[in-house]
Amino acid sequence: MKKTTTYAAGILEAYEYLLSNHKEFFIIGQGLWSPWYVGATMTDLDKKFGKERVIDCPISELATTGATVGAAICGYKPMIVHPRVDFMLLAVDQIVTQAAKWRHMFGGNSSAPATFRAIINRGGEQGAQHSQSLHSWFAHIPGLKVVMPYTAKDARDLMISSVLSEDPVMFIDDRWLYEKEEEYTEIEIIDLNNVKPQKLRNGNDVTIVGLSYTSFLCEKACQSVEISNKITTDFFDIRVLNPLKIDDILESVKKTGRLLVVDGDWESCGMASEIITSVIEKIDISLLKSSPIRLTLPNSPAPTSKVLEQKYYIKESDIVDALVQITI
Amino acid sequence: MNQEVSELIDPLKFRGKIDINDIEKSMLIDMLRKMILIRKAEEKLSEHVESGKIKCPCHLGIGQEAIGVAVALIMRKTDRAFGAHRSHAHFLALNENTYSLFAEVLGKYDGCSHGMGGSMHIVDNENGFRGSVPIVGATIPIATGAGLAAKMDKTGDIAISYFGDGSCEEGVLHESLNMASIMNLPVLYVCENNLFASHLHIDLRQPSNSTSRFAKANQIKSLTVDGNDVVGMYKLLKNEISEIRNNKPFYFEAYTYRWKGHVGHRDDIDVGVKRGDQLNEWKERDPIKRLFVAMKDQGIYSDQDYESLLSEIDQKITADWNKAEMAEFPNEDFLFNPVYSN
Repeated sequence: MKKTTTYAAGILEAYEYLLSNHKEFFIIGQGLWSPWYVGATMTDLDKKFGKERVIDCPISELATTGATVGAAICGYKPMIVHPRVDFMLLAVDQIVTQAAKWRHMFGGNSSAPATFRAIINRGGEQGAQHSQSLHSWFAHIPGLKVVMPYTAKDARDLMISSVLSEDPVMFIDDRWLYEKEEEYTEIEIIDLNNVKPQKLRNGNDVTIVGLSYTSFLCEKACQSVEISNKITTDFFDIRVLNPLKIDDILESVKKTGRLLVVDGDWESCGMASEIITSVIEKIDISLLKSSPIRLTLPNSPAPTSKVLEQKYYIKESDIVDALVQITI
Repeated sequence: MNQEVSELIDPLKFRGKIDINDIEKSMLIDMLRKMILIRKAEEKLSEHVESGKIKCPCHLGIGQEAIGVAVALIMRKTDRAFGAHRSHAHFLALNENTYSLFAEVLGKYDGCSHGMGGSMHIVDNENGFRGSVPIVGATIPIATGAGLAAKMDKTGDIAISYFGDGSCEEGVLHESLNMASIMNLPVLYVCENNLFASHLHIDLRQPSNSTSRFAKANQIKSLTVDGNDVVGMYKLLKNEISEIRNNKPFYFEAYTYRWKGHVGHRDDIDVGVKRGDQLNEWKERDPIKRLFVAMKDQGIYSDQDYESLLSEIDQKITADWNKAEMAEFPNEDFLFNPVYSN
């Protein structure tokens, strides 16, 4: 029987690797000594590696994030964990205006290679302030790399890459993926600079792009339309949102003539718009067989009522419908 | 020893010569030279903000020189100081590198940030100045994290956080002090209380003009002092430093006054709040004059010594300014080069 792992176990393994092999690595964040805040991704790390390197902290998002930036400036490779994106927004100055610009505004004479881990924790009638993702906000910022893994292997290996990167990185993982199982592979040390969108399916009819949890939905939808509708897809998982490497997706659209982007965040000024524009401005328009489609969250805050949640979040069936629509 | 806030904010007090007993002559001269260098450098910047050669916003700290000099004298090169928008003095007190500052302010590649930062983003890692930024209060948590890093290093190094009374109105000060207290971090918080944030007097911004109340609330030891007495501050800090290096945060509130307006070369005596009368009174509490008079009184330094020091510094400032004017700008590709590490 093959050994399997999960997304959450992948993250935990990354932490164990980093804490064992890199003494300049430490973690700070709210809830790190508690089993409630971060799922199974950090179980017993404080017991194993000590409370000096796995630091639970006061309810001060801005100061703890700033302290992470300060430690990074002083030679550490620290990570701040924000158990929900929503609360991290109190710390945006330190992420966007300090860390992301630190190297540039000092002419390369200093840098702040901190990792900001943000967890998307949504659904379950949690409502508007316990559900945001906002990755496209952060992907807008020069100097800040944005990583969103979908596979368990990436959750582990790209977390290691993010921490070891010489640049500040926003690493966003999604609790809806924590139980996702896949075959276990050994740790691969990858330079984040070399990571590009990963092609997970080969086909001819549609190029489909997902990220994080929407890649999970896309993969299922692609399987479904191949069986039911004989539609084959080139499926890409973006992985690194900023800087965006569009070349492989562009080549694919040249082949398929169709592009569907599925992004689990809002439509306006979002990642889906960015990916579609990056393709459209570089492609010979006559190669397109239909208009590109973006499938995103509707432009409303997240609701609490489960009936409205059902309408709000993207489902596999929405993606199937879009794949069918784009090929008509 | 705490001094009375009511006296510290009264420019008619603390005017005379300062107490220089128990300090070596060489150190007194060092203090004097550093303060004059900073004063003259900022006067040069002021001149060229007015002439139009300097375009970037320059927040001058003329009148406040003593604080950065006192702190610099208790620092190791491996300590980590962070500043804010008004940080020329903090930088020059550590390195006396007026060329590096002038070139930076002119946007030249030879500047401390290769011309990418200007007056508000200055850095000198080798001498312990790890960066200044103009977002009010932004470096307070960064310095706190530098303190955490120093504690992990176990080398006895400390972090220094320079900020003004205006920063105390930002929530992040309270978050940071709380964190430093609960985590026992080796951070020296230096509040330069010059009574103004931009155009607005502290009495119009806070219910009390003593910001060390925030240190007390977080059980951090604090001192409230005359910020225009370089020797007094040096002695007090020297007394505290070993405890700070032993992972005890410390809050140092130094009362002072800036002679120029919030930004640029003007005095801003009538911007929002009139400060003309007070400004002239405060100029009598000049940190340079008070040190020199004390040295002269004790026969350590003569008028002639003083004049030759001024002229030596003038020559250096003029030479460095002229050289900075001639220096090269960054290449165009430098717009993108430092965005990422690769």
